[in-house]
Amino acid sequence: MAPELSIKDQNREVELFVGRATTLFVLVVLMLGLLVYRMLELQLWNHDTYKSRSDDNRIRVQTLAPPRGLIFDRNGRLLADNQNASSLALVIDKMPEPSESLERVGSLLELTNTQRSEMIARVESNRRPDAPLVVVDSLTEEQVARLAVNRHLLPGTEVVNRLVRHYPYAEIAAHAVGSVRRLSDEDLRRVDPVQYSATEFIGKRGVEAFYEDTLHGQVGYQKAESDALGRLRQTLDVQSPTAGKDLYLHLDIDLQRAGVTALAGRRGAVVALDPRNGGVLAMVSQPAYDPNFFVTGMSEAVFGSLSTSKYVPLFNRATNGQYAPGSTFKPIVGLAGIGLNATTWDTVIEDRGAFQLPGQEREYRDWSWTKDNSGGQGTVDLRRAIYRSSNVYFYDLASRIPVQDLVDFAAQFGLGRDMSVDIPSAGSGLLPDPVWKQGAKGLPWFPGDSVNMGIGQGDLLATPLQMAVVAATLANRGRLVQPRMMRGIDAPKSGDGESSLPSTQIALEQVSTQDWESMVAALEDVVHRGNQGFRGNGTAWAYIGQDIDYRMAGKSGTAQVVEISQGEEYDEETLSEFDRKHAWFIAFAPVENPTIALAVLVENGGGGSSVAAPVARAVIDAHMQKAESKKVAQQEMLVQR
Amino acid sequence: MIQADFQRTLSPYDSAATKPSRWYFRLHIDPILVGLLTVVIVYGLVVLRSAVDGNEALYTAQIQRYAIAYVVLIVAAQIPPNLYLRISPLVYVVGMILLLLVLFFGVSVKGSQRWLEIPGLFRFQPSELMKLAVPMAVAWYLQKRSLPPSLKYTAACLGIMTLPALLIGRQPDLGTSILVFGAGFSVLLLAGLSWRLVLWAGLAISAAAPLIWQFVLEGYQRQRVLTLFDPQSDPLGAGWNIIQSTTAIGSGGLFGKGLFQGSQSYLDFLPEARTDFIVAVMGEELGFVGIAFLLLIYLLIIARGLWLASQAGSTFGRLLAGAFVLTFFVYVFVNVAMVSGILPVVGVPLPLVSYGGTSAITLMAGFGVIMSVRTHKAW
Repeated sequence: MAPELSIKDQNREVELFVGRATTLFVLVVLMLGLLVYRMLELQLWNHDTYKSRSDDNRIRVQTLAPPRGLIFDRNGRLLADNQNASSLALVIDKMPEPSESLERVGSLLELTNTQRSEMIARVESNRRPDAPLVVVDSLTEEQVARLAVNRHLLPGTEVVNRLVRHYPYAEIAAHAVGSVRRLSDEDLRRVDPVQYSATEFIGKRGVEAFYEDTLHGQVGYQKAESDALGRLRQTLDVQSPTAGKDLYLHLDIDLQRAGVTALAGRRGAVVALDPRNGGVLAMVSQPAYDPNFFVTGMSEAVFGSLSTSKYVPLFNRATNGQYAPGSTFKPIVGLAGIGLNATTWDTVIEDRGAFQLPGQEREYRDWSWTKDNSGGQGTVDLRRAIYRSSNVYFYDLASRIPVQDLVDFAAQFGLGRDMSVDIPSAGSGLLPDPVWKQGAKGLPWFPGDSVNMGIGQGDLLATPLQMAVVAATLANRGRLVQPRMMRGIDAPKSGDGESSLPSTQIALEQVSTQDWESMVAALEDVVHRGNQGFRGNGTAWAYIGQDIDYRMAGKSGTAQVVEISQGEEYDEETLSEFDRKHAWFIAFAPVENPTIALAVLVENGGGGSSVAAPVARAVIDAHMQKAESKKVAQQEMLVQR
Repeated sequence: MIQADFQRTLSPYDSAATKPSRWYFRLHIDPILVGLLTVVIVYGLVVLRSAVDGNEALYTAQIQRYAIAYVVLIVAAQIPPNLYLRISPLVYVVGMILLLLVLFFGVSVKGSQRWLEIPGLFRFQPSELMKLAVPMAVAWYLQKRSLPPSLKYTAACLGIMTLPALLIGRQPDLGTSILVFGAGFSVLLLAGLSWRLVLWAGLAISAAAPLIWQFVLEGYQRQRVLTLFDPQSDPLGAGWNIIQSTTAIGSGGLFGKGLFQGSQSYLDFLPEARTDFIVAVMGEELGFVGIAFLLLIYLLIIARGLWLASQAGSTFGRLLAGAFVLTFFVYVFVNVAMVSGILPVVGVPLPLVSYGGTSAITLMAGFGVIMSVRTHKAW
């Protein structure tokens, strides 16, 4: 029974199986059809969508920052260049746990707390989470190696090599060349965001700021394939950035260094111009700062000390420090007196050490006045008044010149305004007149104001740069040149490009050539007139005039910071550091054919002749030595030919 | 009548069987099936070549595994179905013991405890064995009973399938659990399980879906299902795989980007490109044409497999061979559907293409059994 059943079953079961298998096979075909339908949907009907999604995945368009133009001094020495730095960049989008990764990066690289908070700050203010963002600027080789080893643990991190600004002369040229700073959101509102999309730094001070557009260059693009972790695999297409243009400055780094050395740590400024074209040969402001800190980042302590120091190292005294010019203003008053027929070269007065306006009690003293010796300078004419720096002579003269005429004349020397061509936000000083005084102080112009102005005191203020322009104008016998930093763009490193530069000439028409020569002679006496006995020598002769082998003209100035009450003597010991007198010296050389004109200011330094004049001498010496050796070299070349 | 029935199901091989000169029949080999399998394997190796991205060691290892798989295929084909029948209960029991061992002593990989390891020797997944053992056990159970199975026998079969499925689900390995259950269920379907019952069961499961959702599925499993409907809700997390695999396939277009040109896999956007997601590499590099070709070969394998099964000389052989073929299809479907974003992500490799040894060897063993039941007539 069982076998029969079995056979019967067997046949029925085969049929059953075949039926079932057929049905299920149809089902299989239908389900595979569903898969095919799905593939058609993905690969044909929506292919474009997925194609572009795939391309978006892999292709990253990066902007490439243009290399910033270099800055050279007049002898082709690099004042600002670009150096390769390895930096850590993050692609935030590719980081699964950004905060955790930042923590890990921090401990891996052994970053300081400041660096960590800087890194977090940059991540928080990030504009593009899909583009690499530099968070640590200058990595050491060891840090780069550690990153390389731990790369797989840190998705979204990249070590990028980029060019960063470097200032080889650091503090020495800081205020002249300026510096770049990290681009801020505020900067981005001012500049073309497309051009700056890859740029990290922007010129913030000095030449770097003024010539930002020239130095910056044109942004480039790179299409690159990157993997799922945001790492670059291959570059597909590059449109190279156009490098910024190089700048050639009038600046002579040797003079700059000589100025720094001569100031010897004292607060002050030196501005040296080429009187022929206004080119700034040196622009020193001390104390200074290391501009490299703004590139590589600085510790909070360093920044704190820079920004809060009472000596304000970030402040450019040369262009923005405004001081009473003191006696350095006297040549202008003297020339005004001649030009406005208020005096002649032969007119003399008796200097008894003090001046009084008619009918007034107040005594205006000479600088040489003391309680014990109030004798004054004796008989002085204009020439003597200059080389002896007689206050009384100029009190008298200024009191006799109509104030507006004096002011208008002084304005022709560039006082009271910013004459610079390419120095950002240079100070314009203050050339007070009755209108100004009424407006600012609500008071009329008193005759005493003119008296004070006669010796460059009162409300009169000038920057060292402005006084350098005054020196250059005297050197040029009345031709005013505007100070300028740049000599040329992408110019050859050597050669005299000066002549091609246009210089602004403003004639002081009321003063004759002879008058200029007489004033120059008086200024020459300041330095060179010596061995003439009591009150016969130029004020600066004892300090700088005795062993000089070229002719220099100059004028000292000692500007009071606080008013010394009537009958009191100026006593340095009793005055606080910041109340002491400012020392000035303006000068040019050589007298006959001047190639340098400068102004030196030593803040709270004391006497102009004793303190500022030696600084001026040191800088001009450096300049003359170079001119001499250049001349020798040229002669040797001629001989060889 | 009987004769007619017998003749109707006669295949050309039957006449061949009487001619021992057919070498492949004596070797218990079906050249068409082996040929089709070889096409898939070679085709898969071509795509794998791209997916291993220059890792020669991996590639060599995979070729060695296929060499072993072919040996397994041939050996499995030599074993008479009768032996399979006899060892079926034993294999099932051993498999169950191993599954229990896994539960207690298994090695964890990526959060699931699926592996048994004999240190220094080898390590394998007992759940893979169950893919063969469960259909064998069900077929063994049904072969001596009259078909279609009664409700009682059906319930017993469901028990045989459900026990290992639950154990595997605990690992957790929902994908394999469903496949193991599915393998057993294929036997039931082929044995003539009432369609009405299937329909009711389907309705019941649908009705119970909210409960399953709430109490059976784990958090990550729920997430996978949710991700399927809206991959963009978590593009860097759970949605990443689906987004990147559909992007890879879709960007391939009709003819693909070319072999070794798939940016999605080369740039590491595609996860598991060598293993579960290899069909995305194929879709990206060889396009629609490449995938359609693969599916066609699979279809031919299934057709040939079912035909061979229908030629088996016993109920056990038919059911077992047919169930293996259907299981194979379920693998294909679940994998491709998962990678192309119509099923949730479950860990199912693409048969004979994905990198990995266990799956390839199990499958080839299965095909060996299919050839065995076809070529061993007299028993």
